Amino acid sequence: MKLAGVSIHKSIIEYRGFFYLKLAAGLVLLSVAAYWVHQPLAGPNGGTWLGYTLGTIGALLIVWLAWFGIRKRRYGVGRLLLEDWLSGHIYLGVALLIIATLHSGFQFGWNVHTLAYVLMVGVIVSGAFGLLVYLRVPALRTENRQNMSLDDMMALIAGLSKEIYQAASTLDDEVGQLVQEADQRTRIGGGFWRQLSGTDPHCATTRALNKVRARAEQFSGADADAARQLVTLLARKVELLARARRDVRHHALLKVWLYFHVPMTVGLIAALLIHIFVVFLYW
Amino acid sequence: MVERYQVAIVGSGPCGMSAGGRAAERGMNHILLERTDHLSDTIYKYQKGKHVMATPDILPLRSSMPFEAGRREEILQAWGDTTKNLGVNVRYNAEVTAIKGQKGNFELTLRAGEKIVAENVVLGIGLQGNLRKLAVPGGDWSGVQYQLDDPDEYESERIVVIGAGDAGIENALALAKQNTVFIVNRRDEFARVKEANQKAILEAIEAGQITCYYSADPKSLTPGRLVLTVPDGEAVVECDRIIARLGAIAPRKFVESCGIVFPNDSAEALPELSPRYESNVPGLYIVGALAGFPLIKQAMNQGYEVVEFILGNDIKPADQPLLEEKFRALLDRGRSVDEIIELIRTRMPLMSGLTPLQLREFLLDGAVHFPKKGEVVFERNDYTNSFFMIIDGGAEILIDPTNPAVRVNLGPGEFFGEIGLIAGRRRSATVLSGGDSFMIECPRRSMIKLINSVESVARAMNEVAMVRQLRTYLSPHLTNEALAPVLANAEIRYYKPGQVLFTEGEPDNGVYLIRKGSVTVARQIAGRDVIIAYVAAGNYVGEMALLNQAPRNATVKAAINTEVIWMDSARFRQMLDAAPELRGEVEQRLLTRLVEGETMKARPEAGNIIQFLVEQGVGEATDILLIDETLCVGCDNCEKACAETHGGVSRLDREAGPTFSGIHVPTSCRHCEHPHCMADCPPNAIHRAVDGEVYIDSSCIGCGNCSRNCPYGVIHMASKEPPKAGLLAWMLFGFGHGPGQDPSHKWGQKKGGDGPKLAVKCDMCKDLPGGAACVRACPTGAAVRVSPERFFSLAELTAR
Repeated sequence: MKLAGVSIHKSIIEYRGFFYLKLAAGLVLLSVAAYWVHQPLAGPNGGTWLGYTLGTIGALLIVWLAWFGIRKRRYGVGRLLLEDWLSGHIYLGVALLIIATLHSGFQFGWNVHTLAYVLMVGVIVSGAFGLLVYLRVPALRTENRQNMSLDDMMALIAGLSKEIYQAASTLDDEVGQLVQEADQRTRIGGGFWRQLSGTDPHCATTRALNKVRARAEQFSGADADAARQLVTLLARKVELLARARRDVRHHALLKVWLYFHVPMTVGLIAALLIHIFVVFLYW
Repeated sequence: MVERYQVAIVGSGPCGMSAGGRAAERGMNHILLERTDHLSDTIYKYQKGKHVMATPDILPLRSSMPFEAGRREEILQAWGDTTKNLGVNVRYNAEVTAIKGQKGNFELTLRAGEKIVAENVVLGIGLQGNLRKLAVPGGDWSGVQYQLDDPDEYESERIVVIGAGDAGIENALALAKQNTVFIVNRRDEFARVKEANQKAILEAIEAGQITCYYSADPKSLTPGRLVLTVPDGEAVVECDRIIARLGAIAPRKFVESCGIVFPNDSAEALPELSPRYESNVPGLYIVGALAGFPLIKQAMNQGYEVVEFILGNDIKPADQPLLEEKFRALLDRGRSVDEIIELIRTRMPLMSGLTPLQLREFLLDGAVHFPKKGEVVFERNDYTNSFFMIIDGGAEILIDPTNPAVRVNLGPGEFFGEIGLIAGRRRSATVLSGGDSFMIECPRRSMIKLINSVESVARAMNEVAMVRQLRTYLSPHLTNEALAPVLANAEIRYYKPGQVLFTEGEPDNGVYLIRKGSVTVARQIAGRDVIIAYVAAGNYVGEMALLNQAPRNATVKAAINTEVIWMDSARFRQMLDAAPELRGEVEQRLLTRLVEGETMKARPEAGNIIQFLVEQGVGEATDILLIDETLCVGCDNCEKACAETHGGVSRLDREAGPTFSGIHVPTSCRHCEHPHCMADCPPNAIHRAVDGEVYIDSSCIGCGNCSRNCPYGVIHMASKEPPKAGLLAWMLFGFGHGPGQDPSHKWGQKKGGDGPKLAVKCDMCKDLPGGAACVRACPTGAAVRVSPERFFSLAELTAR
């Protein structure tokens, strides 16, 4: 779909007709061709003229890619949209993996040079994960939300809790106890893994639902009606809780990879500086 | 021995008091007569602590008395002090019951029977001394009052407020804080009140804080028991107190007894005056509200001027320097301001119904232009909506965008720009100056005010506008002869949001040309209404039944407040027969609609999206921010971008707002066709730029009216952001707050910045190269700004 000349419903991958993919692919092809043609005596390594060239390109790419963190926070400037920058960031980031590998001449060891390489790979892999999340999760989240926000869900859940207390008020103490426990011990979100899992195997409301269900057949008359209503309400709450937890998971997924991507970038830049310094020190 | 004065001033309101002050300053032998025991009873009776505005801001104050916007108490204090310091001869408790005699020898009789003789009389009694009373049996109950000094005086009472004007609404709202309040409204809605008041009272009624009786009239009253006539019979309200705010009228009987003549019998009629405020009785002057100038500053200026006139000093009105500045170029050619104003009045039939004073006031807002022949006045698709009057020279309208040679020539006395003004949309044609011209450009706000207050202007403008709208929207080649029969019985009809123009299955009853607003077209499919199209101003509906000679095949409803030109079917068909070009065009459009209808029938979800967007008020938008939820990663970079480019305060709230079918409408400005925020801005600080951006300029006084008037909640009050550290200092060392972070982080939260709060809203980044920062800062392309026409267009919806 196109609106006012801007594509919508087109992912960042297809942006500007794959312009940045073509750019990155060109760069990679050139590098590979040069690597193929260039046959130094000591075998391919970072110390040849091609090695220095690829190293320089790689270092410049790293600086440019890291600059994205600054560029995205500088608003209302520049001729390109942030979307351009991100599209370039993705494709040139992947290209960097190949260029840096060629630069290394496949020489790895237990040293600061390989540390820089490993950190770079870590940054690129976490970025690739981030890209997958960005491509996949928004649609899942939209579908899960069904036109509600997390706040809406929370408000609905709070409303249901009240109704549940009311429905349980005519039933016996055991049910009352279950309902109260369910209300007080139910959690949405929580720690790192809990948020990412999007489920809660120990959900107090689910437990209450199962127990009330098991007990419901013992009630008769008006109590049976109340129990049936209670089960319905609990089931509705369980469903809403599941949805809210999924929303928390989606939110966490969209953020979590940055906790790897960004610190590793800082580490990479530090390692890269040492790498360059060391190389020139032992010239 | 009878006292003799050079001038007697009756009434010590802003105008009388100001006259007294000037008379004292000029050493005249004078007396200021006040009915009550204090100065300026109308202001005295304002609600305690009321903030009094000093409008119109542009008008300079010319008085011996001080006056600037402020609290009622401070203003009264300043007036009291100055009256004393100047030695104004005030007599309190001196109600004048009769004025007899003529210039040089007027005899004024006071309530106590005392007589005063004066050479001249200034009548500044205003209207508020003559409040409309509750005219029902039992209306003299002691629990009925006609004013409210301090709403906090009452607690836990049942109070009925009668009258749904601004005063009634303000009283009801203030009382509702600690009382049970009922409001009696004669009409079925709150009309003709400030938008902010209308919104506040409707919210209070909705929230159950105030009970409203609509279409209700008081019938009878016994102490503590009010009987109302309501649409379905009678209603009885038990009450402790009644506040009747029924407005004020000229104390006609008294004024007529002084020999002054009213032009007609209307209750709103005011006496006719000379430019020197002299009535038909020589030596008897009238100033202030009774002269038709209800604003405090105007009245004070008149008080000063009238004393100068009596002294034989022919001073110019206070706005003279402003008008001289405005007409500088003409004054250099030897014309005087008065001559120019007279020229405008006689040249422009549209303005002939205005008094010179009204015209002066109107011209203060205008801009004077002297375009050379061929110079562009405005271009097609500009987003300006001012109104132009041609005083001299002429204009050429390029009515056919495909052929610049097709032009309509206008001469002196004619006007243009009304189509954009009415529709609130882009200019429909380019206009060039037709010679070395003299034009006056009137801003949208003063023009709308004029249309709403002076019937003759509205009528004259509509007549011309209708012909032009038909030409513009139907075909530029329609001749006057072809149009005449249609025009003869065409009429302008007004529709509220949701109101039906016509219903599916009805017989054909005319063609509707939309000149303002927009409509939705829906058809019954499988038992439910499915929207098949959205039609904006500048288009017509109803042609299908006419051409097919069949009943309506769709229901058309107004999406927002809409104005249409209704045309009779038979006459419209005749016109088509006379204009084959138009006929072809109408036929083509009909075919397009038929095809669209079939496509939409197959894609009801597209109709649902239109329905959803219309419900969100997108129909009145000119540019709206939408977020594609399936692309949005929730990074809030759009909000941060907005905050960072606009003094730390984001004007959009991404998360808030509804979502439908993956389209999210965040809380952000829609740059409405007829912006609600502009309606009641005292300093006139809200404007529309050429490209359509509605923005607030630096003259904002922080009154908050726009924020209250905006139905979409996108304007809020914020103070200036405290200075912050640079981006790198924040990123590397954590100095200050990051982009979009506190102290101005979330909507509705207390802001960190001190200082006065001013209104802030989206300006579509009109001052930034490259356009809206929110869209530019979206990494995934989820945020887009679009105009509704584009969005509602079928091709785009079906492409989804």
